[in-house]
Amino acid sequence: MLRYIVRRVLIMIPTLFITSALIFTVMELPPSDYFETYVAEMAAQGEKADMSRVEFLKKEYGLDKPPVERYFRWIAGFVQGDFGYSFEYEMPVSDLVGDRLLMTILVSFLTILATWLIAFPIGIYSATHQYSWGDYGLTFLGLLGIAIPHFLLALIVMYFANVWFGLSIGGLMDPKYFNQPMSWEKAQSILAHIWIPVLIIGAGGTGTMVRSIRANLLDELQKQYYVTARAKGLSPFKALVKYPLRMSLNFFVSHIGDVLPTIVSGSELTAVVLSLQTTGPLLLRALQSQDMYLAGSFLLFLSCLTVIGVLISDIALGFLDPRVRLQGGATK
Amino acid sequence: MTDATTNLKLPPSGAPLPHSVCVLPFSPTAPEALSEAQKKVYLAPQLTLMWWKFKRHRLALASGIFLLVLYASILICEFLAPYDYQSRHVDFIRSPPQRVHLFHEGTFVGPFVYGRKYELDMNALRRTYTEDRTRVEPIRFFCRGDPYMFWGLIKGDRHLFCPAEGGTLFLLGTDRLGRDMLSRMIYGARISLTIGLIGITVSFTLGIIIGGLAGYYGGTFDLVVQRVIEIIQSLPHIPLWLALSAIMPPSWSPIAVYFTITLILGLMDWTGLARAVRSKLLSLRENDYVVAAQLMGASTPRIVFRHLVPGFMSHLIASATITIPTMILGETALSFLGLGLRPPITSWGVMLNEAQNINVVVLYPWLVFPVVPVIVVILAFNFLGDGLRDAADPY
Repeated sequence: MLRYIVRRVLIMIPTLFITSALIFTVMELPPSDYFETYVAEMAAQGEKADMSRVEFLKKEYGLDKPPVERYFRWIAGFVQGDFGYSFEYEMPVSDLVGDRLLMTILVSFLTILATWLIAFPIGIYSATHQYSWGDYGLTFLGLLGIAIPHFLLALIVMYFANVWFGLSIGGLMDPKYFNQPMSWEKAQSILAHIWIPVLIIGAGGTGTMVRSIRANLLDELQKQYYVTARAKGLSPFKALVKYPLRMSLNFFVSHIGDVLPTIVSGSELTAVVLSLQTTGPLLLRALQSQDMYLAGSFLLFLSCLTVIGVLISDIALGFLDPRVRLQGGATK
Repeated sequence: MTDATTNLKLPPSGAPLPHSVCVLPFSPTAPEALSEAQKKVYLAPQLTLMWWKFKRHRLALASGIFLLVLYASILICEFLAPYDYQSRHVDFIRSPPQRVHLFHEGTFVGPFVYGRKYELDMNALRRTYTEDRTRVEPIRFFCRGDPYMFWGLIKGDRHLFCPAEGGTLFLLGTDRLGRDMLSRMIYGARISLTIGLIGITVSFTLGIIIGGLAGYYGGTFDLVVQRVIEIIQSLPHIPLWLALSAIMPPSWSPIAVYFTITLILGLMDWTGLARAVRSKLLSLRENDYVVAAQLMGASTPRIVFRHLVPGFMSHLIASATITIPTMILGETALSFLGLGLRPPITSWGVMLNEAQNINVVVLYPWLVFPVVPVIVVILAFNFLGDGLRDAADPY
């Protein structure tokens, strides 16, 4: 088991390395950088940018160096906890990111939890009651969850949450708790607000998961061992829980790897609409203004989040299923 | 022959058996002969079998027909839309939808709408539109309306239906510039529906080539491809789409933006297909017919693309159908955030860009209508994909 975990962690390192290179390339692609855009904008407004300051900043952040060198400086800083400097906010990226990243992790984690709690019973019900009205209805509901664009669902739910429950529109907490240290009341306010984004972001993932669990369980229910178990007199419930359910649990855990990127993506979009204090709105703004260190760090953080999530799901899978840890490790 | 054996009475034990020879002519294929009805099933070509199986999936069939009609309609959207998608009606800004009536004060007049009056409500500072019950504006069919260039080539001004002379016909309301929502939605279908198709073509080509070669060659190439796929799949897509679209220079023409967006959507999406192709190939390449082809001196690309890929093409098409919705949703999301397509190109996502805040949902709910075709199309593609997947393996 330990060997499996170590191998899995070692595979993660080159993955993260390539990911970071990819993100850096994407950030480097635009022909102009933040300062050029800034100078052009100032010129358009009829003002003159302080060129000496721009030159100084460019030198300070190594924007005059070749890209490869800049990449290694960025990554070296990253490892040491120095994520670069946001040009637009004139703050170190780490100061900007901290809280928001925590919120993103919280929202993503709760979303996965909610997805599981909702999808698991529904999937089992659909599979054991195949072609019943309940199955049709729930399957359709799941499909609807996949089909409705997140951002629109967010708008509509936000409206009704305000009309029916009187929740303040948007945000992760009541406006009066902004910029306040964490307290019991603030935590309560967050809990009262957080279910909206969790439900919205989870909608698509839940739909996909219900479908996969249903298909997976249906396959298992037709296998001989289940028929044997029923034939020797095991009650349907016991036969289900003892064998096929355990089989589909494997798949359930390994599925996190697929769902997590979707959830993180979805949370970014939803966050923009709901103006949550997560990474979404800031990332969008940073991308628009080519604030490359901020955007790049965000993207890398989000990728790390998913890569680590996949790692956790792989390790959990290794515990659940010896075949996984004894084979080559990579998904075959 | 049967008569001779069944009517035979067994002689008492010890006595010799009577000798019997069947005189009927014997044909060795006779026991395997098929009736006409059986022949139809057993000898049907694969495509026919697939079609039969697909037909049994009612919902998939209906979805397929619906999508065909929709795709056919984007060929003639200039004719179908009552207005041009850019024509503005400054007197009817954010006008709510007009209802179609058939009876006016108890008498049948055919489909018509009541005229519109608008006042400025100085208290709420908004326009209020009231129905003028005296003005009956019958809808005209096959009439002359806004002139257009059909496919940018042929001049025309015929429309399937248009408002009465001097009247208005906003079945789904108008937007903030007074443009007819219905017409814009019909034009928007052209972009929104094709973006999925072009995107899937890109990812399909990439997936088959990369996955095919990885599966056939195996070894180091396969290992590298596997890693790359894992990396791309572990990246959150939407932030990356955002990043890629954000770096498009604003000076690009809308058409260039359109093609770049499809390219971006396709570039991130080929991994699933490549995986499917690879795993299929890994099992198929051990078959005898592959060895035969190799011995005959067929080149690798020929073996992969001529002998192996057709064997599971139907599966690939089915799984591609299921990924088209991702692309449509992706475009909608990007355009909604203002990083996707740009006006004057109109897509459902671009239209939804106007419904960005809660005020719109409350005050002008009809601006949210473009989400309906998005949902319906995605559901239809999902049902169609399900049906195709079941039909892909008809045996």
